[in-house]
Amino acid sequence: MKKTLACSVAATMLLALAACSTPSTDPTGAATDAPTASAGAIKIGATGPLTGGAAIYGQAARNGAQIAVDEINAKGGVQLALNYQDDEHDAEKAVNAYHTLKDWGMQISLGSVTSTPAIATSAENFTDHIFALTPSASSVAVTEGKNNVFQMCFADPNQGSASAQYIADQKLGTKIAVIYKNDDVYSSGIFDTFKTKAAELGLDIVSTTTFTEDSQQDFSVQISDAKSKGADLIFLPIYYTPASLILQQAQSVDYSPKYFGVDGMDGILTLEGFNTSLAEGVMLLTPFNADATDSLTTSFVQKYQSAYGEIPNQFAADGYDCIYAIYQAIVAGNITASMTNAEINDILVAQFTSMTFDGLTGADMTWDASGQVSKAPKGMVITDGAYVGMD
Amino acid sequence: MNILQRVKGLVNKSFLTYAMVIVSFVIVQLLANNGGISSTLRGQLVPICAYVVMAVSLNLTVGVLGELSLGHAGFMSVGAFSGVVACISLGDTIASEPLRLAVGLIIGAICAGIAGFLIGIPVLRLRGDYLAIVTLAFGEIIKNLINCLTIGLDGGGLHFGFLSSASALNLEPDGRVIINGPMGISNIPRLSTFTAGFVLILVTLFVVMNLVNSRSGRAIMALRDNRIAAESVGIPVTKYKLMAFVTSATLAGAAGALYAMNFSTIVATKFSFNTSILILVYVVLGGLGNIAGSIVAATLLTVLPEMLRQFNDYRMLIYAIVLILVMLATNNETLKGLPTRIRAWVTRSPAPQAEVGIDG
Repeated sequence: MKKTLACSVAATMLLALAACSTPSTDPTGAATDAPTASAGAIKIGATGPLTGGAAIYGQAARNGAQIAVDEINAKGGVQLALNYQDDEHDAEKAVNAYHTLKDWGMQISLGSVTSTPAIATSAENFTDHIFALTPSASSVAVTEGKNNVFQMCFADPNQGSASAQYIADQKLGTKIAVIYKNDDVYSSGIFDTFKTKAAELGLDIVSTTTFTEDSQQDFSVQISDAKSKGADLIFLPIYYTPASLILQQAQSVDYSPKYFGVDGMDGILTLEGFNTSLAEGVMLLTPFNADATDSLTTSFVQKYQSAYGEIPNQFAADGYDCIYAIYQAIVAGNITASMTNAEINDILVAQFTSMTFDGLTGADMTWDASGQVSKAPKGMVITDGAYVGMD
Repeated sequence: MNILQRVKGLVNKSFLTYAMVIVSFVIVQLLANNGGISSTLRGQLVPICAYVVMAVSLNLTVGVLGELSLGHAGFMSVGAFSGVVACISLGDTIASEPLRLAVGLIIGAICAGIAGFLIGIPVLRLRGDYLAIVTLAFGEIIKNLINCLTIGLDGGGLHFGFLSSASALNLEPDGRVIINGPMGISNIPRLSTFTAGFVLILVTLFVVMNLVNSRSGRAIMALRDNRIAAESVGIPVTKYKLMAFVTSATLAGAAGALYAMNFSTIVATKFSFNTSILILVYVVLGGLGNIAGSIVAATLLTVLPEMLRQFNDYRMLIYAIVLILVMLATNNETLKGLPTRIRAWVTRSPAPQAEVGIDG
């Protein structure tokens, strides 16, 4: 009995050891899930949360990017290979994943999907001269001081000030309440600029309440604070999962203000078990709308649905756009797989600061030297369970 | 005679630990210079050093003092944030990077030591499970306090804010926000090097081993083994408990500063309960009170998840299974008796311990 146990333990440890030793002897062994692309493929690496609490964002960005890579490879010509590594939404893991990708031979990077890991990996990108275009890491610190890191999404300050501007221009509310997640870079980043801009524009913020990762189940305190101060509009610079709870809990106390969200709100209509009639009239600023009728969006949504069985959200669209923006720059700059990372980096930086790109998440996108994208935000309102553009 | 032998054993044991660390450092350094190690491993060298220091320092509390601490990551956090703030503030004053790193580590260590002292006073009055739970609580308190803290730097010096946004710091236009509440610190100067990590490990070993083998160390172990007996012979309980606890916190602070300055960003939520448990796992796996064991366990368990990357989504599942098997294996009588049996086989004399494991 004991002998069998000892033998099996020893065997398992041997197996584990064998598994351990693979990457060090064979650098490509670590990336077995990488698609088997043809020899001349340009290697694009990325990290994102594929497991854990933030997994939906990472998986969406990966799936979107994968669709774009498959489309481009089917065209012939420039071939791409995409390798997404899990970073569990943690800076340390993201840097580890980044180094694994380097061992794989990454030539161009999609940075990281979420902000905190992206700040860590973009510093590595800058040191190693590997070009990075992050789909959705919106913190300013991601691009600050790094000339080869670019963003596909709006930077947080832009979202905050654009929201305040929009609310003031459209006269959507007179007394505003804000509920934001104060241990989240994304949420507090948007709130800070929203507050500054709101003060400039004379918007009256009557209630500011917060929650954290540990307390995102119950919002009765925040809602009753907003209600007692007579707020007629609640600004929610948060992701859609807590937002859906806020909508539900506000309704249960017969409180129905207007709601205004940012791009993290996108996805609320496809949330499982959520009564979409609650989201009726919710407004949000988002660069992507899965219900748009242009051919680019419909073809992407259809492909995504058939491959992954769900409606793509904004992260998927960002991932898709990233690959196409890089593809456009690769073609324009005549980049080949045999170039060094630093050569590719210099060409891409020159291309990105001069080109104009049309994608799913906006038309006529341009980038300045800071790495931030410039594109027009789209105001959406939820009517009859679908997004309808506001003007 | 007996005592002499024991002293000799101790000296040999600590000598072997030092030798193990130095030899590994030289080998890795040689390999790194010749491009013999993968970029993955190279990126993990500094975190490994930080975790080794964390494990050795926690071993002082858990293994030597015998009190279960579940808030060790809190001290790492204090050291990380204070060390980085010091390094950024001294950016213009101290030009030499290694010197600035050293100052950062020392300031991180001192701040964590002060935190350890303040927390130790109430916590060490408790015993057993109660102590474990209260350390857990303090770890979470530290995390949440740093989440609410803002610190900025401008020509007028450091500005502190609490529960307010960074704009409330009223910095001059050229000022820089260092700790931005829940967003932590971004764009940290990356000063940590493998060599610095190695030196920190040596310092840690020197401090911990000399403490354990000193008069105070024996008093601490006496408290662990039988508190009432120790008290009855006049050993001041609070003094020696605090001594071990504060030393442990101080070293964790230095490890935190080293860790933070290897990445360009840190957030307070990184140093949560999970990180404390992770370090406790290193200590338990390496063996309570076994310093060399902590070093090996911390290194292996830091590298292991990255080695398992090829299993993709099943990575953490396999990691957990390997962890369970390793725990079982290290507690298995047959395997434990193996060295004795090998020695017995070499010298061809019967091994009494080996018999136990074979039948049954």
